[in-house]
Amino acid sequence: MKPLHLEGTPKGACCACKTQCAPEQDAHLKPGLPLPRLAAVLAALVVWWLVYDALPGLSKLLTYEVLGIAQGSHLAESVEFFLYDTPKVLMLLTLVVFGVGVIRSFFTPERTRRILAGKSEAVGNVMAALLGIVTPFCSCSAVPLFIGFLGAGVPLGVTFSFLVSAPMVNEIAVVLLYGLVGWKVAALYVGTGLAVAIVSGLVIGKLNMERHVEDWVQQVRLDPDAEPDAEQTWAGRLDAGVAAVRDIVGKVWPWVIGGIAVGAGIHGYVPEGVLASIMGKEAWWSVPAATLLGIPMYSNAAGIIPVVQALMEKGAALGTVLAFMMSVIALSLPEMVILRKVLKVRLILVFAGVVGAGIMLVGFLFNAII
Amino acid sequence: MEIKVLGPGCPKCHETEKIVREALAESGVAANVTHVSDFQEMAMLGVFATPAVVIDGQVKVSGKVPAKKDVLAWLGK
Repeated sequence: MKPLHLEGTPKGACCACKTQCAPEQDAHLKPGLPLPRLAAVLAALVVWWLVYDALPGLSKLLTYEVLGIAQGSHLAESVEFFLYDTPKVLMLLTLVVFGVGVIRSFFTPERTRRILAGKSEAVGNVMAALLGIVTPFCSCSAVPLFIGFLGAGVPLGVTFSFLVSAPMVNEIAVVLLYGLVGWKVAALYVGTGLAVAIVSGLVIGKLNMERHVEDWVQQVRLDPDAEPDAEQTWAGRLDAGVAAVRDIVGKVWPWVIGGIAVGAGIHGYVPEGVLASIMGKEAWWSVPAATLLGIPMYSNAAGIIPVVQALMEKGAALGTVLAFMMSVIALSLPEMVILRKVLKVRLILVFAGVVGAGIMLVGFLFNAII
Repeated sequence: MEIKVLGPGCPKCHETEKIVREALAESGVAANVTHVSDFQEMAMLGVFATPAVVIDGQVKVSGKVPAKKDVLAWLGK
């Protein structure tokens, strides 16, 4: 069989978003708190804060003094925006990816599977969506993980809650939204993303679609307690954080810079309010259009959010923008192609339909209330 | 020795295969390396996270790229 080079697509950078495939943790280190490592982490945090604090001044200095661009011009606005946002976002990303890398060392896929195996629906769906945030996950491992969950007795709907939440609600999306658009939109994205994951899973569970999983997958059985976790030390966890930074930030930075460059161009040159008529609240059809448009597009959060920020600034409505972003990240054609190996066509269509409907609901809701 | 590298074809899986081949070349151990990209075969081998390495039917690692020294240890070197 021809291997699917899912990772060759731009969405492939998503593989960088979770640490599962990455960390080369050394489990043989002695337990206990590793003081030299902790000291190094603390020192790095202090330096981080000092640099972060100086960024607004530095970007102004560079734009107007070093580059000598006249204040108030389109070019100046674009350049200052780019010089401020790029280091800011990359620094935030580094900090958060490190923290999440450490947290993830507590949640292996095996452990998450074990937690979810005995759970009923509803409670299970909520837990699955939440665990989707902290469990190491990458798109290349989604299908084996799916098989493992079902084989361990995790209900189908609960498994889907996990599969929707894991790629959509991730630290890269949260950091970029926080850094570029603000904490309110970041919180809204996380909240509604979790809601879409929970509700989609519940609906799929209620539809009793187990028989639309490929037959051989239904035969797989595994004992959820069979694989004990390797003992992890604090030194190992800190190393996992560093490995995550190297892996994720190392792969995602060109996307961030490219996205911010496009965003900076829009920021400086596109007139205010120009998008209000096509992406504003009044255009009801903009939400379904944005959702549909997002399906064949596969960018990762790092590439799409800087553009989204610029769109909002020029009059696009929040609901429309949220729907577009979720659709780009959560629904992708290559993922559906690869899911076809374990799911029958009908279940894939139901999956895309239910998640798509949830995303549109989020879009309409926010256009209506904000 | 029969070594199977499991993965649907993502960069991490190719990296794993490269490390395994390097370890083999370094240790001089003769082994047959195959790449498994079929999900059904993976499940039958008991692997539910990729990339993974199975040596003579035994799962050595799953869900991450192994370090070369780990592979050398599995090879008995």
